[in-house]
Amino acid sequence: MTTLSRTKSSTLESVSAGRKARDRAAKVFVYLAFLLAVIPLVSVLWTVISNGAKRFDGVFLTHSMNGLASKDAGGGAYHAIIGTLEQVGLTTLISVPLGVLTAVYLVEYARNGRLGRTISFFVDVMTGIPSIVSGLFVLAFWLLALGMDFSGFAGALSLTILMLPTVVRATEEMLKLVPGDLKEAAYALGVPRWRTIMFVVLPTALPGIVSGVMLAVARVMGETAPLLLTIFITKAINTDPFSGAQGSLPTFIWDQSTDPNTNAVDRAWAGALVLILLIMLLNLAARLVAWLRKPSSR
Amino acid sequence: MAKRIEVSGLHAYYGGTHAIEDISMTIEPRSVTAFIGPSGCGKSTFLRTLNRMHEVIPGARVEGKVMLDDEDLYASSVDPVAVRRVVGMVFQRPNPFPTMSIYDNVAAGLKLNGVRGKRRLDEIVEESLRGANLWNEVKDRLGKPGAGLSGGQQQRLCIARAIAVQPQVLLMDEPCSALDPISTLAIEDLIGKLKSQYTIVIVTHNMQQAARVSDRTAFFNIAGTGKPGKLIEIDDTSKIFTNPEQKGTEDYITGRFG
Ligand SMILES: Nc1ncnc2c1ncn2[C@@H]1O[C@H](COP(=O)(O)OP(=O)(O)O)[C@@H](O)[C@H]1O
Ligand SMILES: [Mg+2]
Repeated sequence: MTTLSRTKSSTLESVSAGRKARDRAAKVFVYLAFLLAVIPLVSVLWTVISNGAKRFDGVFLTHSMNGLASKDAGGGAYHAIIGTLEQVGLTTLISVPLGVLTAVYLVEYARNGRLGRTISFFVDVMTGIPSIVSGLFVLAFWLLALGMDFSGFAGALSLTILMLPTVVRATEEMLKLVPGDLKEAAYALGVPRWRTIMFVVLPTALPGIVSGVMLAVARVMGETAPLLLTIFITKAINTDPFSGAQGSLPTFIWDQSTDPNTNAVDRAWAGALVLILLIMLLNLAARLVAWLRKPSSR
Repeated sequence: MAKRIEVSGLHAYYGGTHAIEDISMTIEPRSVTAFIGPSGCGKSTFLRTLNRMHEVIPGARVEGKVMLDDEDLYASSVDPVAVRRVVGMVFQRPNPFPTMSIYDNVAAGLKLNGVRGKRRLDEIVEESLRGANLWNEVKDRLGKPGAGLSGGQQQRLCIARAIAVQPQVLLMDEPCSALDPISTLAIEDLIGKLKSQYTIVIVTHNMQQAARVSDRTAFFNIAGTGKPGKLIEIDDTSKIFTNPEQKGTEDYITGRFG
């Protein structure tokens, strides 16, 4: 027997019964908290999948509601899927370059200057805008004051107001995490500042920026209120986002679910399932892009 | 290739703090000059004034003159970005670009400055990696990330990256302080080889290293905290380590100080 033997007095074995009990209690508490957090997620997924599966079929994915009354069976969300993809695509196309450039300006150039602080303040204000207000703003400014027509693009404008601040903040956080070492290494090679930002800073921050953008996309994809005011409602397919009313998944779900008959309600659930799947697919695609860009996988 | 550096009356500031005071010295081409002295005496600051990296820090500024052969680096017509292509730098902590492969790390300085042509790049990458004594270890995995190498290999990768842009001068700020003794030896060998082509300046905390690799040694010191750093003396390394002019140098080298 050595000095480390199991004598009560050994300092190496002095973890008291009380400490062990507290450790166990903390563990149980952590697991419980985890379960509590997962319950709503699982229950939402389960409800949407089980209710949505009934109408999640080929007809649903390839047909619009044109010529159908909401009590009729059949029909689908094709017009709404097209609309959502185009509206969110346009939103992303406007928000990401604008948001990333704003973040680059704030982090790399403004350095707490007056203009930087002002922009930062307005980004904070934009973060707090309720989604219906962004819809009302586009309605008042784009549709009423400038006299434009309802369109997918008007919807994209209202979604941009919601997405832009999220992209700016997420990108800002990621840019701040890029080590100063790397910038100095590039400067010391005689690389100008803007090229350093383009080819060293942004690629280093890219995976984080992609995650941030995906969260922002997922968030605006489910927005209903601003779209109701800007794209209006249609049952027909309209592939041109720049003219005329357009469908979208959130407005489709809203429209169908307010109708008290099972055919419409089933379509609403299937629409919700499609929306969740779309967001998941986009997430996977974005992750794939980020992964393909790493040098180890080439 | 290599050029002589002549510094006269150089002061450097961080905002209101006076970091180094009135430094004048000549750095000979095709030789290794070592900077030694206690921490905080301004060795890194002075080194960074030699390729205009000092002014990258907000609020930092420089007064005085740095001549590279017959060009004044601080003349108003001189572009600091162009200076850094001529005077390269290796940092204390190895800092390869994490998103780039080994190949792209070495080619970064060229690619980011618009050099195209795969044949030409291939050539320079191989030449630089050979120059940095790293080619044999990485030639089969040029497409793998640079961050996957060991610390010593990463530092040699950074040296390869610095020499790939074909500078005249190479500044090294404690390039071995984060490395194990074997990797340190590899870098010291490399410095001995590179000095036939470049003007090399190395900051080191290791007295034996200064004695081993350098031809000339400069000793810096500060009078006290908050005071600016000063050049105490610069001379042939053998002279500094055996028979320095200044008492302060002797005290530092024999370990009776700092
Ligand atoms: N980025 C900085 N901002 C403000 N002061 C600095 C900065 N870097 C260094 N200093 C100051 O300048 C002096 C010299 O530092 P440095 O050149 O790093 O010394 P050494 O490399 O000899 O250890 C120190 O007093 C240090 O506190
Ligand atoms: Mg230092």
